[in-house]
Amino acid sequence: MKKEAHYGIYGGQYVAETLMTPLLELERAYAEAKADPAFQAEFAELLRDYVGRESPLTFARRLSEHLGGARILLKREDLNHTGAHKVNNVLGQVLLARRMGKKRLIAETGAGMHGVATATAAALFGMPCEVYMGSIDVARQEPNVERMKMLGATVHAVEEGSATLKDAMNEAIRDWTSHPEETFYVIGTVAGPHPYPLMVKDFQSVIGKEARRQCLEKYGKLPDQAIACVGGGSNAMGLFAGFLDDPSVKLVGVEAGGKGLATGEHAASINGGTVGVLHGSKTYLLQTPDGQIIDTYSISAGLDYPGVGPEHAYLADSGRAEYTTINDDEAVAAFDALCRFEGIIPALESSHAVAEAIKRAPSLPTDAILLVNLSGRGDKDLHSIFKYKKEHAQ
Amino acid sequence: MNRIQKLFAKTRAEGRGAFVAYLTMGAPTLEASVAAGDTLLSNGADILELGVPFSDPMADGPVIRAAARTALENGVNLAQILKAVGQLRAKHPDAPLVVFSYYNIIYKYGLERFAADAAAAGADAVLAVDVPLEDREEILDVLRPHGLTLVPLIAPTTGLDRIKEIAAGMEDSFLYVVTVKGTTGVRNELPPDLAARLSAIKAAVDVPICAGFGVSTHAQAEMISKAADGYIIGSALMRVLTDSSDPAAALAAFAKEVTGATK
Repeated sequence: MKKEAHYGIYGGQYVAETLMTPLLELERAYAEAKADPAFQAEFAELLRDYVGRESPLTFARRLSEHLGGARILLKREDLNHTGAHKVNNVLGQVLLARRMGKKRLIAETGAGMHGVATATAAALFGMPCEVYMGSIDVARQEPNVERMKMLGATVHAVEEGSATLKDAMNEAIRDWTSHPEETFYVIGTVAGPHPYPLMVKDFQSVIGKEARRQCLEKYGKLPDQAIACVGGGSNAMGLFAGFLDDPSVKLVGVEAGGKGLATGEHAASINGGTVGVLHGSKTYLLQTPDGQIIDTYSISAGLDYPGVGPEHAYLADSGRAEYTTINDDEAVAAFDALCRFEGIIPALESSHAVAEAIKRAPSLPTDAILLVNLSGRGDKDLHSIFKYKKEHAQ
Repeated sequence: MNRIQKLFAKTRAEGRGAFVAYLTMGAPTLEASVAAGDTLLSNGADILELGVPFSDPMADGPVIRAAARTALENGVNLAQILKAVGQLRAKHPDAPLVVFSYYNIIYKYGLERFAADAAAAGADAVLAVDVPLEDREEILDVLRPHGLTLVPLIAPTTGLDRIKEIAAGMEDSFLYVVTVKGTTGVRNELPPDLAARLSAIKAAVDVPICAGFGVSTHAQAEMISKAADGYIIGSALMRVLTDSSDPAAALAAFAKEVTGATK
C-alpha cells in the first residue's frame, strides 16, 4: 500500500488495471511539475492574468448587521473567469496535460461549471475537449451546455443510471479506459484515484492561501470558522488547505441536505453515508446495504454526487473538520438573502455555505469572523430557482 | 494444489486452452444464471466466473451493463450469488468458480464475512475489477487464510516489469489478460499483435494466463490458446442467454462450437 495515496483508511487507487499505468505516469509527471518552478510560475501567471486572481475578500456588511452577530466574509471565487473556483484546478491540470504531451482532454461535469472551465482551458490551449454530463443535468443546466459548445467542446449527454454526475464520471472513466495513452482526464473535484485528490487540492489551495493572507492583512486575525459547501469537495478542500495548520480555525463543510436527511432525498455522503469504494477511492458513499450506489438528490446539480473526496472523509473521522447539512429550502433562503442584502447572486452550491454562516452568525460575538467560500456565481441557477419558487409558492 | 492449479495442469496435459465462461448472475433471473452455469460447465467450460451486478459498472460495455441492470431490478445481491456458488459447487466438484465483482460490493459485505461465506460456498477465487496491485494486499490478506485467492488483471497498458510484479506470489491463481483497451464486449477483430503480446507475457511469468474482452468465436479461442492457457468469454454468452428461447440448448451449442467439440 502506498502511503501517499491514502488518507488514513481512505483514498487509494481502486481502478481497473488499464488505468494504472496512465495513473502512475500522471503521478510521476505531477510530482515533477510540482517541484518545477517554471511550471508553478506559469500556473501563477495564468491565475493572475487569465482568471483574474487574486479574488477579493468581501465583507458582507448588510447581511452581517442584519444577523447581528459574527462578521461574514466572502471569498469571491464567483468573480473568477468562468464564474467559479473550478477554473483554478482546470488550468493546473491542462498545463500538466500539455507538459505530458497529451492530445485530448475529457471531463465529467455536474452543474456544468467544471465542464465550462475545461472547455475554456481547452480553447485557450487549442486542445480538443469532450465533456460527459448526465442527461438530467444537461436539461437543468442548459446555459452551461450552450457555453461549452460555444467554446468548441463536444458535450455527451449520459442517459445511464441516475443520469447525473456519477454516471457522467463512469462514462468519462470508460472513455479514458478506451483511449488511455492520448487522453488526459481532467477530474473536477478532490475525488477519484490518487493522485487526483492531492493534485486538485494543491491547485485549489490558492483559495485558502489567499483568504488567509487577506484576512490577516485586513482584520489582523485569522477567521474563527472557514465554511464551504461539499459535493465532491474541491472548493472546500481548497479553502481548508489554507487553514489545516491553524488549529484555532474551525473548518466547516456543508453537505446538501436536499429535502432533509430523514427523507433519504439528499446528497450528504458524510452525514448520511457509509464507507465504500467508488471512482477510484475509498470514502463515504451513499449506498444500499448491498453496496449499490444510491441516486442522490439536491437542488444544486454541483452537489449531486454520492461520494466525497477521501481527505474530507479523513478530516471528518479525525474531527479536524465538522460536516453539517443544509436543506434545499435553507439554501434558497440564503440565495435570496445574499441577493437582497449584498447584491451578489450566488451559485446554489455556494448558497449552502452561506446558509450555514447565516445559521451560525447570530450566536457569535461581533468580533468573530466567519469566512465563507463563495465558490461560484448563480446565473446558471436562475432556472432552478424559478422552478423551485413556482413549486413552493403559497 | 487448489482447483485452479489442478485445472490448468489438466488442460496443459491435454494440450488445449481452458474455456473460462463469464455470466452476470441474475440476468435474466438468478435461477436462469445457475442453470446456464451448469449447462456451460457440463458442455466444455472449464472455469466459471460469476459476475456480481453493480450499479456503476465502469469497466463494462453495453451488454454486461444491461445484464447488471436487469439483475439489480431482480434484487439479486452477493449473498444470493454465494448461494448460487454453493449450488454449482454441488454439481461440479472440480470446476474453479470465481466471484467476479466490483470491489465495493465485497467491501460493503465485509471482507472477513465475505471470505468465510465464499469459501464455505465452495468458491476458489475473486476477481475484483477495480483492485489493482497497489491496493490488493488488504483483500488478499483476508482471502488467503480461507483458501481463496485473487485473479489479477493485466491490461494492454501494463508493461512487462509490472506484469512480473503482478504475477509475483500468484502461483495459486491465473492472470486475466485484457485483450483491448476499453470496456467488455464483443469485437469483430482482436488486436493484430495479441498473439505476440500473449507469448511475451507467458514467457515472463510462472502463472497461467487467460485472455478476455472481445472474445466470442472458435477462431479467436484457437488463436489465443496457441499463445495462452485459456480464453474468457462473457458478453457473447450473455447475448446467447438473453436472446435465446431455449437457452440451455443454445448455450450448450455455443460452448461446443467455441471449444471445437463439434468438429
